This record gives sequence, C-alpha cells and structure tokens, in this order.
Amino acid sequence: MVSGKLVKRLTNDQLTNDQIIEKMSRPKHTEYKTPTHIDDYPTGPQYEAGFLPEKNAGWRTFKPVVNHDECIYCLRCYLLCPDGTIMKDNGKIKIDMDYCKGCGVCAHECPKDAIEMVKE
Amino acid sequence: MTKVLDIPKVNAKNMTEKEFFYGHKACAGCGGSIAVRLALKVLGERTYSALPAGCMSAVGFIYPQMAFNSNAIITTFPGSASMAAGIAAGAKALGQKDFKTVVFAGDGGTADIGFQALSGMIDRNDDVLYICYDNEAYMNTGIQKSGLTPYGTKTTTTPAGQNIPGTITHKKNLFEIIAAHDIAYAATASIGYPQDFINKVNKAKHVKGATFIHVYASCPTGWGTPTETSVEIAKDAVDAGLIFLAEYEDGEYKLNRNPKEFKSVEEYLKKQGRFKHMSDADIQCVIENRDKKWERMRKNWL
Ligand SMILES: Cc1ncc(C[n+]2csc(CCOP(=O)(O)OP(=O)(O)O)c2C)c(N)n1
Ligand code: SF4
Ligand code: SF4
Ligand code: SF4
Ligand SMILES: [Mg+2]
Repeated sequence: MVSGKLVKRLTNDQLTNDQIIEKMSRPKHTEYKTPTHIDDYPTGPQYEAGFLPEKNAGWRTFKPVVNHDECIYCLRCYLLCPDGTIMKDNGKIKIDMDYCKGCGVCAHECPKDAIEMVKE
Repeated sequence: MTKVLDIPKVNAKNMTEKEFFYGHKACAGCGGSIAVRLALKVLGERTYSALPAGCMSAVGFIYPQMAFNSNAIITTFPGSASMAAGIAAGAKALGQKDFKTVVFAGDGGTADIGFQALSGMIDRNDDVLYICYDNEAYMNTGIQKSGLTPYGTKTTTTPAGQNIPGTITHKKNLFEIIAAHDIAYAATASIGYPQDFINKVNKAKHVKGATFIHVYASCPTGWGTPTETSVEIAKDAVDAGLIFLAEYEDGEYKLNRNPKEFKSVEEYLKKQGRFKHMSDADIQCVIENRDKKWERMRKNWL
C-alpha cells in the first residue's frame, strides 16, 4: 500500500513513477503470487490477474487531447472523470493514459472545449 | 445538528488528490463510478466502504485486482447496512476515532433487496452513511426492473410491446420512506449537480449516526446513451423535474431546487434507448405524475 507522506510538488514529468503513485494513489503494478499467509492477500489496487487487463487503456477508441492554451484550469473535467484519471499538475491538467477509458465526459463537459477526442 | 456553515467546504480545487476508486472496470462513462469516486474523495482515507452485489462491487473487486484504495468489503446483497453497522461498531470497540463507514448500494440493493437491513440501521441510528446510487434498474445482472425503475422504462423483465409499454409502475418514494424513519439527515442528489452532491456527502460525513443520500447516477450501458453524455443526462433529469434535489433534517423537508420552468421531459426521454418506444400518452403519464409530486413538494417542503 502507498504510505501517506506528502510528495514535494514537482511537475509530473519530473516526478518519478513512484511519486505519482503516491500522490494520487495510482495502482502499483505488482506481480501476483498465490498468498501463503493472510498478509499476502492483495490490499492495494492492481495486480496482474491474467484474465483481465490490469490497465484500462485498451478500452479506448478515442483519446482525450488537451489544448492547454484554451484550458482555464476550472477542474470540471477533473471533478467529473468517472475514472479519476485526470491529475492536477502545477496549474495544468494531465491525463493518466494507462487508465483513461476514452469515455469523452471530460471533453463533453469542458466549458472551453479545450479537450478534443481524437481517434487512436 | 451540525451547521453547514461550520463544515469546511470541499470542492475540486481543495479536495484530496488521492484517488480511492481507481483502475476499476466500470463501463466507460459510468455515472455510478462518478458518485463512488467523488464520495470517497470527500470522505477521505479513513473510510470503510461496504458494497453489496451490484455494478460498483463487481467492477471494484476482481480478485486479485482491487480498485479501492481505502478499506472496502463486498457484503451479502440484502445485508450491506447491517454489515456496515457491524464495521462501525467494531471500529469503535477497537478505539478507532475519526473514521467514517459508508455503504454504496444500487437502487435494487437499496429500495428492494437491502431495504430491511437499511431500515434497521436507521432505526438503531448506527453511525453509517448509506449512499444509494440509482441507475434505475438491476444493471449488473443485465437490466431488470427494480422498485426505482421509472414508468415506461424498457427492461428485460418489463419489455415494451403490445401488452405493456415497458415498466408500468412509478418510482418508489424512497427518500420519503427513509425520512419517515425520522433519520438525522437524508438527501437526494444527482451526479449532474456534482457540487451539490459533494456538499451533501460532506454534511453527512459530519453527522454522527445514520445518514442517507440517494444519488441519481446514469448508466450509459443500461440506458442506451452515449458515454460522454452521462453527466448531462443526469442534469437533464433534474432540470426536467423527474429527479428532485431535497434534504430532510431536524424533522423538516427542504426542497433545494425549485425551477420556475421545467425542461422538456420528452427531450430527456428521447435521448435514451430505454425510453425510445414511449408513446405520447406514456410521456403524458410521466408528466402528470411529475406534476402531482411537485404540487405536493411545493406545498409541504418550501
Ligand atoms: C441474494 C442475491 N440475489 C441476487 C443476486 C444477483 N445480483 C447480483 S448484482 C444484481 C443487480 C444489482 O442491482 P442494483 O442493486 O440496482 O445495482 P447495479 O448493478 O444496478 O449497480 C443482482 C440481481 C445476488 N448476488 N444475491
Ligand atoms: S474542463 Fe476544460 S477548461 Fe476546465 S480544467 Fe478541464 S480542460 Fe481545462
Ligand atoms: S475520456 Fe473519460 S476516462 Fe478519459 S480522462 Fe476523459 S473523462 Fe476521464
Ligand atoms: S452497467 Fe451501468 S452502472 Fe454498471 S458499470 Fe456499466 S455503466 Fe456502470
Ligand atoms: Mg441499479
């Protein structure tokens, strides 16, 4: 499980993967081993299951592309994303493309039309 | 009673950046997952969630994958309220402080199957927030009619044809049934009005004892709507007067939104595959039922 300590605010390009995971509780990919003790049972988000994709990126036909010149950082998209894949990144929004399903809610709800759904 | 003014406001700008419902397998654009995700962000890390059978548990716990980032458990279908009551009592017995126990149950799991346990939970005033995400049918098993499926809806158990126009009953008055227990706090909400929903969850978080929120949450798969319109359609339902936003507190009802004019019911219905077949007479029946309800609410709840 991720611990609760605060991460220094850096842009996500500068953040290591572990730091992003910690900042927003993103799934940490861990290999699944058959538990031998109660402590081994999964308590965190995603394990490689073998029968389902552990990342949701493959669901997408269209992907959201943000036009940062139009975006006013109102955070409506952040609020309404059903998957929580929109992150705050020092006054900019950033999308976790591993888990975005391409539903288009963010683009549809953006008051500035700053997100475009583009065919992958 | 907790005064709203005393509670620190939560909004998109200041809410935790942590996600507690992440990587779940809900359909793209699922409204139920918006409700669960936002509520968990308001309630914070120290939350115990209990979910009966239904979409949100089916998409959240797929062993060994786990989409909940705080403590969460799947309950028996009829027993989510009693299991949550047990969790709250257990945590208290362990001396834990500053935690919240929450249920996320569907309309079927609340208005029909889990109702007895819910009634008991409110009666005992257990320290649990019960959130019913209402997608207006048993979705996880393939769209069967529940007690909260509205008139005219086509479901697999109420198919529209020559004999019946889809569902022939109106929604149960769930909010009033809950309020009739004289619960400390109950509210209705819609993911189409997300800030209102967040405020209500935040208020319930600060009430000790049993609380209840009925949140309208779209289901693109079961409703036959495009995935990107999930929030829009949940707002349309409120604007057309088919879903109302209200609270029950200190023994009083309060209507939060009282629009002078409703948006078109027909337009709202015709956007959705589940209502496409409805005749003018069926739509009229929906409007008449809406108007009767509003007359009563305006008379008594304002
Ligand atoms: C006692 C029992 N009866 C029936 C089922 C099958 N079942 C699982 S989920 C579900 C539908 C739940 O509908 P609802 O509560 O509205 O939640 P939704 O799936 O719509 O989110 C049903 C009937 C079950 N798991 N347990
Ligand atoms: S909704 Fe649009 S304007 Fe607002 S933060 Fe998102 S992309 Fe920017
Ligand atoms: S397309 Fe859907 S899942 Fe992807 S970021 Fe936008 S709202 Fe979230
Ligand atoms: S069927 Fe409906 S409620 Fe269930 S996961 Fe899909 S969109 Fe959500
Ligand atoms: Mg349902």
